[in-house]
Amino acid sequence: MQRSLIDRVYSGIIGAITGFGLLLLLAPTLVVLIISFTGGVTLKFPPPSWSLRWYVDLLQSQEIVEPALTSLKVATAATILSAVLGGAAALGLARSRLKIARVLDALFMSPMVLPAMAFGLSLLLVFNLLGIRLSAATLVLGHTIICVPFVIRMVGASVQQLDPVLITCSLSLGAGRWYTFRRVTLPLIRRGIVASCFVAFLTSFDNVPVSLFLADARTEVLPIKLWAILEGSLDVRVAAVSGVIVLLTLAGLVCAEIFGGFSRQIGSR
Amino acid sequence: MLPAVPLAALFLAAFVLPLIALVAISLFRTSQFEELSLAQYVRFFSDPFSIKVLTDTIWLGAEVALVTLIIAYPIALVYVASGQLMRTLITFLIMLPLLTSTVVRTFAWIVLLGRDGIINTAMLSLGLWQAPARLLYTWEGMVLALIQIQLPLMALPVINSLLRLDGNLTRAAEGLGASRARIFVTVILPLTLPGAIAGWLLVFAAAATAFITQTLVGGGRIILMASHIYQQAVGVQDWPFSAALSLIFTLAVTGIVFATGALSRRYVRGVDAA
Repeated sequence: MQRSLIDRVYSGIIGAITGFGLLLLLAPTLVVLIISFTGGVTLKFPPPSWSLRWYVDLLQSQEIVEPALTSLKVATAATILSAVLGGAAALGLARSRLKIARVLDALFMSPMVLPAMAFGLSLLLVFNLLGIRLSAATLVLGHTIICVPFVIRMVGASVQQLDPVLITCSLSLGAGRWYTFRRVTLPLIRRGIVASCFVAFLTSFDNVPVSLFLADARTEVLPIKLWAILEGSLDVRVAAVSGVIVLLTLAGLVCAEIFGGFSRQIGSR
Repeated sequence: MLPAVPLAALFLAAFVLPLIALVAISLFRTSQFEELSLAQYVRFFSDPFSIKVLTDTIWLGAEVALVTLIIAYPIALVYVASGQLMRTLITFLIMLPLLTSTVVRTFAWIVLLGRDGIINTAMLSLGLWQAPARLLYTWEGMVLALIQIQLPLMALPVINSLLRLDGNLTRAAEGLGASRARIFVTVILPLTLPGAIAGWLLVFAAAATAFITQTLVGGGRIILMASHIYQQAVGVQDWPFSAALSLIFTLAVTGIVFATGALSRRYVRGVDAA
């Protein structure tokens, strides 16, 4: 009798916290989507009326559209660079038994533990000392470094699961190294590459601490622009930007799921 | 090994070299880089304000990580006990904030916590509060926002370690007559602690360094390490002091992460031996 009471209290607490937790996870995203369709001029919730005015306003706001395009370009460049360099490194390290491979693996993962703020500042100091002017290129360089750990981990995990016998077979059947890489290795680690590209892109697109130090006046990126807007006033256009970002991310997630089995990659991490 | 060379070269130039420069610059007395000294570190540790900024930041990370842990365990327990459909739904809900931009998530909390925000509106209309409460630009508001923003980083490792737990152990405890609460405390919790610690460290590091959320939801009056560094570097252009601040912050965060990680591994060996 007493035990079943304790069990019921326990289940009740577990259920209540879970419900609260899941609501907490969902609510903010939902609220942003809802408020982006407000007809009013404030962030009052629930919205007094409905309209698409802030989306229309957004399209006409050059000062937001331009940073958004810059962010897309920077994120694309950083994703490609980190995927190519990081993917190659992950392949090289996974097959190696040398001690230096462990050291390099730790080095490539370390941007993850270093506060991004400290890294951004340190790279800026080096550019200052060497007299290198800030540009879109310096920004891409900084973003590439912080994207690399995701590529190393996710592509590395795919390579670990790859059966080396398949490579040996291909080579002994007379296929060249490049042909083997293209027709055997690459298709087998495709999932890891797609998933890591997705995460790398989001990481770069979302980054503020590194961009704060490394972007020049002409290369304004979206998150910094939004941050600056929100520090000054509570602009409803930010809700519309948020709505666009949420919908595009969901679309991207669906694509990554179809081409790369994204959720399985996350689960196995 | 050969394919790793280009990335190694890039990391030497754009990661290792900058860190060396950061250490070197922190050892100068002035921004003109004259006279080597430990002046910046003496300045930090003799300045009560800077020390408070550091301890507040560490405390923020620890507090957020602890609350996310308390919320993540029940979610993970429900996940493990659920069928495929519910599992997919929970995974989706966990991934959702992880994939939305930080600025968007932070913006959502500005909407929720604002004067006309949902929380104030709900509390006023329920008659629980007489006047709108100040939630935005407070420590509590900032902690709440960070909890939601970092919860996925905690939930994923905790779910993973619960999935790896041998179901026979909990069934054995149940068969021997233990209550579910007792099974959780004496069987599940000790065996999944490494996953919990991994999540705690991820959230701790992420919350302590979350510049955007700290500045936008915490507001200008709450100064934490990230905004302190930013102020000293970009605002005052005091390069040696901002470099020293960055190093102290980095060492504090990574020191806590590595020390806790080492303790946790020792604990795991203890459990295995028992």
